[in-house]
Amino acid sequence: MDMSAVLDIVTRSDPGMVRSNNEDAVMANPLRGFAVLADGMGGYNAGEVASGMATALLGSELDKAFVEREPSSMDGSGKSWAHVTLEAEMIRVNAAIYQAAQSQPQYAGMGTTLVVAVFHDNRVTVGHIGDSRLYRMRGEDFQQITRDHSLLQEQIDSGLITPEQARHSQNKNLVTRAVGVDPEVLPEIHDHAVLPGDVYLFCSDGLNDMVDDEEIGMTLGALAANLELCAMQLIQMANDNGGRDNVSVILVKVKGEYPAARGWWARFLAWFK
Amino acid sequence: MAKLILSMETTMLKEIPLTKERTTIGRKPHNDIQIDNLAISGEHAVVITILNDSFLEDLGSTNGTFVNGQSVKKHFLKNGDTIELGKYRLKFVSELPQQTSNADFEKTMILRPGAAHKPAAEPSAAAPAAQVVQPAATTPVAPAAAAPVAPSAPTPAHLSTSPGMAATPSAGAPAAAPALPLGAIQLLSGGNVGKEMELTKTLTTLGKPGVQVAVIARRPHGYFITHVEGTTFPVVNGKTLDAQAHQLADHDVIELAGIKMEFFLKN
Repeated sequence: MDMSAVLDIVTRSDPGMVRSNNEDAVMANPLRGFAVLADGMGGYNAGEVASGMATALLGSELDKAFVEREPSSMDGSGKSWAHVTLEAEMIRVNAAIYQAAQSQPQYAGMGTTLVVAVFHDNRVTVGHIGDSRLYRMRGEDFQQITRDHSLLQEQIDSGLITPEQARHSQNKNLVTRAVGVDPEVLPEIHDHAVLPGDVYLFCSDGLNDMVDDEEIGMTLGALAANLELCAMQLIQMANDNGGRDNVSVILVKVKGEYPAARGWWARFLAWFK
Repeated sequence: MAKLILSMETTMLKEIPLTKERTTIGRKPHNDIQIDNLAISGEHAVVITILNDSFLEDLGSTNGTFVNGQSVKKHFLKNGDTIELGKYRLKFVSELPQQTSNADFEKTMILRPGAAHKPAAEPSAAAPAAQVVQPAATTPVAPAAAAPVAPSAPTPAHLSTSPGMAATPSAGAPAAAPALPLGAIQLLSGGNVGKEMELTKTLTTLGKPGVQVAVIARRPHGYFITHVEGTTFPVVNGKTLDAQAHQLADHDVIELAGIKMEFFLKN
């Protein structure tokens, strides 16, 4: 299925005002309906290598996987091909980056966060590791739909601190899960229903650390009609507020429904694609 | 490394770095901070430090524990907070001047198990001097900055991700620097002629969705108008704009979706 007719996708990444290089990486495949954002860390500028590997590997593997089989086809376990593939590929990317980090001294300690989403069958399957985020704007309602794998989030979840206190915390940016820093990793994957009109925002912490959620939501509300301008505006706001980190965004606007082909005829035809 | 500065009235008594997960305060000698005064309970309070954050907890003391004048049971400490126990003051200091270079602000780091128990932790082995974090045994990386408020022992290194010269890194202060005067729009034609709208928000959209929309962005150095959607672009002072943002000057006249309006700066 050609998703580019239903999805408008814009990606944008900026080194920010302080850092000399950009260790974030973004990519999107409008045809297959998926996008990936990675925020690299560790080592000495090797974060760039880690995030680059993540987007390149996922980009090519997911493309192959979804040519081979429709993302929404179900297997025996009741999980969609999209879900199964995302899990497998995120684990595979982790192994590849971990290996590379072990093999070269200048890459030692490198890792990356990851947010990847596949749009299929009127829903989106989202996998993430780390504190890069996916938000959704639906009508007037703007919310974060991934939960950060971070020390602060765990403290908030266990009632140790309030979200307001978290804003003043000195423990920001400490992630509890990352890709490439351990031989094994546990991706978190969820499916969400999608409605036409939804706008999804992937972002690295360079955005949400510099601009608060309310401002981000307001920007999406004001500029959803022009995704390029919206992306530029978000980055500009992060930079105007200090731009202390690389800042990256991916915006996906859903223009219509995209149900998976159903019925024996459609499935029969799908065999011949 | 955060620390407490103990004083009584105007006399500074001592400085206590918060190196342990629990720093106890009380009259009994086993406390980390012993205050030998009858107004202080045997076990009065404790400061719990998790990496770079500290929390104060009153341990059921007789006379209570106060922070910035307010009685507290449990309190998340912010830089500059003053803890009051009887006549004694403990000032909480969490920001060290020029501890690390600007580029280490906001660096994301992996949290390792066990790291919460000691301030020093080390995510990567071979990272060179540019990395803030070092294993506890070695001397800290502290670059050639002016000697920070001198601890007598070498400061164990710590996982400082946002050592703060700047105040809260986020809390996206959307409004610009105080220097920027407030802009406003006054309608010169149409049904609401004469109506005025102050541009207080970071973004203000104008026009008719689906027909022609422009946005005015409030930035630190001025107000900028940009076309958002529609086949016709906004006209400013008679000139049609292109797709780029255009900075607005006092008394510029904007024409949009058939309505004329004036941009002006207040006071």
